[in-house]
Amino acid sequence: MSDAKDAILRRIRDAEAQAAAAPEGRVARSYRTSTESTAGQRRELLIDRLLDYRAMVREATPTELPATIAAVLSEAGATRVRYAPGLDAALLARFDGEALPDDPSSDPRLLDRVDAVVTDSHVTAAATGTICLQAGPTNGRRALTLVPDCHVCLVRDESVVYGVPEMVARLDPLLPVTMVSGPSATSDIELSRVEGVHGPRRLIVILVHPGPPEATPG
Amino acid sequence: MSTFLGMPGHLRGVESFPRAAHRGLTNATQRHNLTHATTTIRDKRAAVVAELDDWQELRAAGSAIKRDVLARLPELLEQFEAAVTARGGIVHWARDAAEAGAIVTDLIRATGETEVLKVKSMATQEIALNEQLAAAGIHAQETDLAELIIQLGHDTPSHILVPAIHRNRAEIRDIFLAGMPGVDPDLSTEPADLAEASRVFLRTQFLRTRVAISGCNFGIAETGTVSVVESEGNGRMCVTLPQTLITVMGIEKLLPTYRDLEVFLQLLPRSSTGERMNPYTSLWTGVTPDDGPQEFHIVLLDNGRTRALADSVGREALKCIRCSACLNVCPVYERAGGHAYGSTYPGPIGAILTPQLTGFESADDPNGSLPFASSLCGRCNEVCPVEIPITDILLELRHRKVTEYPPVPEATMMQTLTQLWSHPRLWNAAAGMVALGRVLGGRDHTITSVPGFLGGWTSVRDVAVPPKQTFRQWFAGSEAQHLLTAARRGAEGEA
Amino acid sequence: MRVGLFATCIGDVMFPDAVKATALVISRLGHEVVFPTEQSCCGQMHVNTGYQREAVPLVRTYTDAFADPALDCVVIPSGSCTAAVREHHVRLAERYGDPALADGARRVSTKSYDLAEFLIDLAGVEDVGAFFPHRVTYHASCHSLRFLRVGDRPYRLLQAVADIDLVPLPNREECCGFGGTFSLKNAETSAAMVADKARHVSETAAEYVTAGDASCLMNIGGALARQRAGVRALHLAEILASTRAHPWSPTSAAYTKEFML
Repeated sequence: MSDAKDAILRRIRDAEAQAAAAPEGRVARSYRTSTESTAGQRRELLIDRLLDYRAMVREATPTELPATIAAVLSEAGATRVRYAPGLDAALLARFDGEALPDDPSSDPRLLDRVDAVVTDSHVTAAATGTICLQAGPTNGRRALTLVPDCHVCLVRDESVVYGVPEMVARLDPLLPVTMVSGPSATSDIELSRVEGVHGPRRLIVILVHPGPPEATPG
Repeated sequence: MSTFLGMPGHLRGVESFPRAAHRGLTNATQRHNLTHATTTIRDKRAAVVAELDDWQELRAAGSAIKRDVLARLPELLEQFEAAVTARGGIVHWARDAAEAGAIVTDLIRATGETEVLKVKSMATQEIALNEQLAAAGIHAQETDLAELIIQLGHDTPSHILVPAIHRNRAEIRDIFLAGMPGVDPDLSTEPADLAEASRVFLRTQFLRTRVAISGCNFGIAETGTVSVVESEGNGRMCVTLPQTLITVMGIEKLLPTYRDLEVFLQLLPRSSTGERMNPYTSLWTGVTPDDGPQEFHIVLLDNGRTRALADSVGREALKCIRCSACLNVCPVYERAGGHAYGSTYPGPIGAILTPQLTGFESADDPNGSLPFASSLCGRCNEVCPVEIPITDILLELRHRKVTEYPPVPEATMMQTLTQLWSHPRLWNAAAGMVALGRVLGGRDHTITSVPGFLGGWTSVRDVAVPPKQTFRQWFAGSEAQHLLTAARRGAEGEA
Repeated sequence: MRVGLFATCIGDVMFPDAVKATALVISRLGHEVVFPTEQSCCGQMHVNTGYQREAVPLVRTYTDAFADPALDCVVIPSGSCTAAVREHHVRLAERYGDPALADGARRVSTKSYDLAEFLIDLAGVEDVGAFFPHRVTYHASCHSLRFLRVGDRPYRLLQAVADIDLVPLPNREECCGFGGTFSLKNAETSAAMVADKARHVSETAAEYVTAGDASCLMNIGGALARQRAGVRALHLAEILASTRAHPWSPTSAAYTKEFML
């Protein structure tokens, strides 16, 4: 085993000597690493991107949130629901069906029997409509947001950043991260986009912000 | 594609590009599908790239980061290995396709499983991993929709991003009906219905299978993080649900820091699918308790990469992030199709990467024809997100080919022309004799057929007979002197 | 200005009318045209086919022919030959030549310009006083577009031509399929490319397709002639040299014309 490692490292050093390539030096990062924007602008941009991916979008204030969650779950026809174990159980209080916290030690395959799942999210890039789920109590383990067919995802105002650089800066490299930009999709057949393959076919995003909810889009 | 000299792999076809291209050029369905698909994706890419006012800066940074990786490979690989190991992953090293295949086979055998799932991966395709596993009695089930179409149709991929790009919906429906167990016999040709059929077919396998194999888009040296960038969710299934995950990664796939993802997660999706972001990107670091596979192996693959690294010009091809933008703008790829390249890597990037990974084995090596499979139009250079100078590398590989294996009689002709063109008196005399070629033309002064290697030219084009007088003869004559002097005088008169 | 004219090997022996027209357009602007007879070929075909060492004597020939410091610039009626001079000459001289040649190549290649670049950037004109009352479409050759980055310069020159009916070419950024020896080594793929290019040209219903490169025009024009498409290929310089006093026609121009397809 270490034979192969030694051989490869030796080949690389020989190749370097042969190519006589100069070291690259410092990488110039002259691209945008941050963009000035207001929370309202980011929210508007994010909604535009999410709708473009054909996700469903709702808006709610923290006080309206339990009612909004209950409403989207019943609209989705869900009766059996799991939620990230670190999520406040009161958020699911208005839902009529079965809502239980996910048990991370259970077989993730059992989640196939669940209709919908509710989780929080860690950070979201408005410019690309990308929501990051960072594995843990409020975002759930990775399987939780993957196996059930409907994912209700909370995106809180303070977690929405403008672009990809600001988003990556907020991630913990040691935790598993899933970046979600709309529902699962494929363009493998004649380049025509089809939403919904193996991941959740329905992505319902609830934007949680303090302001009065505007007309609900989508 | 074949096994060559005993080494498993899909890096060398059995015939030269012009011969293989003949089939693609005459396949009307494929031509139509490719034109439609590449035109669509070109337009999508152009639209999302135009949204970013710092696109060129991102490209420059992407190129610089990848150059830095190539310049510091040993250090970064060891850093990566240490980070993965510290987080509970196990790192393996493979010099070539056979060694990588043996490592993966042994790992699977140790689990006792004979069925494994696969995420679409260029590296595993390159080393013919499925075939190597099949020989060991292990079935590797492809889970990406396009790879599934290829696998069920006993076909080979023809595009990096959209491996079944050469197939249309009717063909895919027929492939599913013939090869997918339990499929609805009334399956329609609607892409949504075809995607649903694959969802149903694969769902039980995702929930049942205990070992998965993936490739890797970016490996982070600093943290040991590994990533899979995808659209369908089959990648998430494979890297999350099984007990054991085996990732195969080319040694050039590293990025120095986690922060570097901020560049590549902008460059890759926009260049590749023409989206602002792909639906899913999975990032994981070693093993996480109670989340995902509890056994994680990563195989670091050389398989010719160090050979490419040794070329000061050609090594730039190792910056490639497999976006396939160069394929989608290439007029040669669009017409000949991906199979003509005989390799896992088709299109412009394939024409420069494949021969560098394999070298030229002989004068007739099919890979020796790849650097010539380009009109050097340069569109690939412009769209490459990491600024690979593709046409420069094509020229370098052409140079290497004719130096290692001088073609007869071409090399002699080129030397003769050099003699002629570097001796002005000879050329003066010869240029005057070109008019003798007028005998080739008929009464209409048009040449419609010439023999030998020029015959390909006149098969679809007419050529005018050479002029009676060359420019240099005209310029030395009185007409030129009168005309040009009068013209200049006219201008001065006006002034 | 004293302008060195590089006819290019293909222009000199196969398409002299395009070079005559170039010389005439430059002269009409009041510049002196110098044609060093020691010139031959830029070496593009050698480099593009892999023969880098064999191209070095051609770099030397070109550099020597135009070394005279009294020449303000060199004008080349070909985008691809200009690109070969500017992109390859110094690199070839450094790799397989000698430092003196590299120095010389650096001096000469940096003062080498494509015709459209010369007219707009050096001579400072868009309207060269041309007259061409025909329907024309313009093919931006790959080397002009992507290597020299001449941008819209040729188009601006054409737009200034009196009475021209200039129509855009669909898929204008796509290669015509010539590619030098590519058209011989991959003749079938090249044929498929030029067939599409010819189709797009025909779609414009133009009488003439023009470009700044004789080799692309030989390819496109050859295919159009074989198809009896009724569209002819004509070098940009020939349109710019056509005036009300001496209008261009298939059989006559200000200069004695050769046979055209």
